[in-house]
Amino acid sequence: MLNAKLTNKLATVMFWAIGFGILSILAWFLWHILSAGLPHISWNFLTRKPEEMIAGGGIGPQLFNSFYILFLSLLFSIPFGIGAGIWLAEYARKNWFTDLVRLATEMLASVPSIVFGLFGLLVFVTTLHLGYSIIGGALTLSLLNLPVLVRVTEETLRAVPDSYREASLALGATKWQTIRKVLLPSALPGLVTGVTLVAGRALGESAILIFTAGVSVSRFAPDLNLFASGETLSVHLWYVRSEGLVPDATQIAEGTAALLVLVVLILNLLIALPSRLYQRKMAGKSS
Amino acid sequence: MDIALKETPSDDRTSAPPSWNNRRRRTDRVMHGLFVGSAAFVSLIIFSIILFVGSQGVKTFTDVSFFQFFFSLDWTPAEHQFGAGVFILGSFLVTGLALVIAVPFAVAGAVFMSKIAPSWMREIMRPATDLFVGIPSVVYGLVGLTTFVPIIAKLTGTAGFGVLPAALILAIMILPTIISVSEDAIRTLPSSLEEASYALGATRWQTIGKVLLPAATPGILTGVILGMGRAIGEAMAVQMVIGNAPLLPKGVAEPTSVLTTQIVKEMLNAPFGSTLSNALFLMSLVLLLVSLSLILIIRIVARRRSV
Repeated sequence: MLNAKLTNKLATVMFWAIGFGILSILAWFLWHILSAGLPHISWNFLTRKPEEMIAGGGIGPQLFNSFYILFLSLLFSIPFGIGAGIWLAEYARKNWFTDLVRLATEMLASVPSIVFGLFGLLVFVTTLHLGYSIIGGALTLSLLNLPVLVRVTEETLRAVPDSYREASLALGATKWQTIRKVLLPSALPGLVTGVTLVAGRALGESAILIFTAGVSVSRFAPDLNLFASGETLSVHLWYVRSEGLVPDATQIAEGTAALLVLVVLILNLLIALPSRLYQRKMAGKSS
Repeated sequence: MDIALKETPSDDRTSAPPSWNNRRRRTDRVMHGLFVGSAAFVSLIIFSIILFVGSQGVKTFTDVSFFQFFFSLDWTPAEHQFGAGVFILGSFLVTGLALVIAVPFAVAGAVFMSKIAPSWMREIMRPATDLFVGIPSVVYGLVGLTTFVPIIAKLTGTAGFGVLPAALILAIMILPTIISVSEDAIRTLPSSLEEASYALGATRWQTIGKVLLPAATPGILTGVILGMGRAIGEAMAVQMVIGNAPLLPKGVAEPTSVLTTQIVKEMLNAPFGSTLSNALFLMSLVLLLVSLSLILIIRIVARRRSV
């Protein structure tokens, strides 16, 4: 008995140590990136064009391309992702087609991003002759977003109580009116969270964009031309560190990494805060 | 309130013009069609990926034998040798090593988060692990390059690139995935299991080891397989630290290459339609098929859980 108690105490100590260990790995990681990179971030760094051979280049065009490609990829993927999610949550019956859609979405979610990259290279860049372009990158990136959007939409809509649907249908609303006027508004916080999650992932993606948007930027930056090549921040970080010739490659890479982590941090806060507030509001109402 | 004040005819629905009702019904049908269409479109993508990448990939076999591609260790495109054996072995080796490092920590962390940690600690750990799923893989690669590689170089007297830094970086990358899925599996176990064990006089450690972990095994396994999928498909972070030499590693700190990194290294310079380019497409088909079989395994594990 005493032995079991001693083992139990030792085990508790071990679990606490591992818990703190994991937290400190994560904290060290964050501190390491930010402390190395934040000093390199300046207005010049954020707005100037990159240099090929000399030090002092900026990341202006890449910063612009990152958000431009992200915006376009969301524009392409949100209608289809949310549409398919609505269908799964509100229309789908239990049959082979529903099973197929579910399996296909799950399979799509498991595709490694480099495979998406090669698919985009094959279909958009080569077969459709788009070349390494912003549009090719955004189209391929939207394939990565789709399965997450479908899953989040379905889960959020399923969380809406059935009484909402029944009340709306009982008032004589059609199914589409119910979805548009009742279900989507009450699912909105969940959908916003899902889209933010997708945006964070798409913003950091690199393996897809190397083969579809390319590793160079347009001469006229910022360039809204959809067919210009559009290197993004993540791709630039990889490129300067593994192929680049600039003498300050390390500084550029560290500054870019810190910037990417900052954006991810901000997106996470944006997700956490509204849902926290929303929960508090709901909890306040019910008590 | 507003509705009550409005003077609406009591028989609103029946007195509405028939065209209005028809239009409403038509919109309803059109929207239904659009939703089914989106679902069909999303499902179509995965099959077109398999078809396109696959058909480009199998063109390799017009120049290279099946046996050579999968079993030869000689990758010298300049001499027309396209043996991908090194990369296939390397992918499984690096992924396996990453799992060996990450799984014990992740499972212990999941137990800690779900059963031992006080709520304030949980409040810190959950958003922290979520945050780390969102950090871009190139950032992981950069940290590996600036910290692990120099340390390993100093310890082993080599350049420091190779399997070990790659596995370490992958272990950190998949840690949050395995933790959050396993934590979910442990937390959602019926509390009667735990109570019965305590009632029998078991300590917490005995309850964890003999009751909770065995009961949560299918869920934990799902987390481990998801982590494995993420590790085997990761390209950029690994490419930055593995050294990129198409050779079997002689030690943990010797450069080698895996499926993903070889694609990244050679694809941009491979002329489209060449044997080299086709072989890289075939390598990505192999990756795709491995990932898809992992999904099937998860489905089988989940089915066993629901029985």
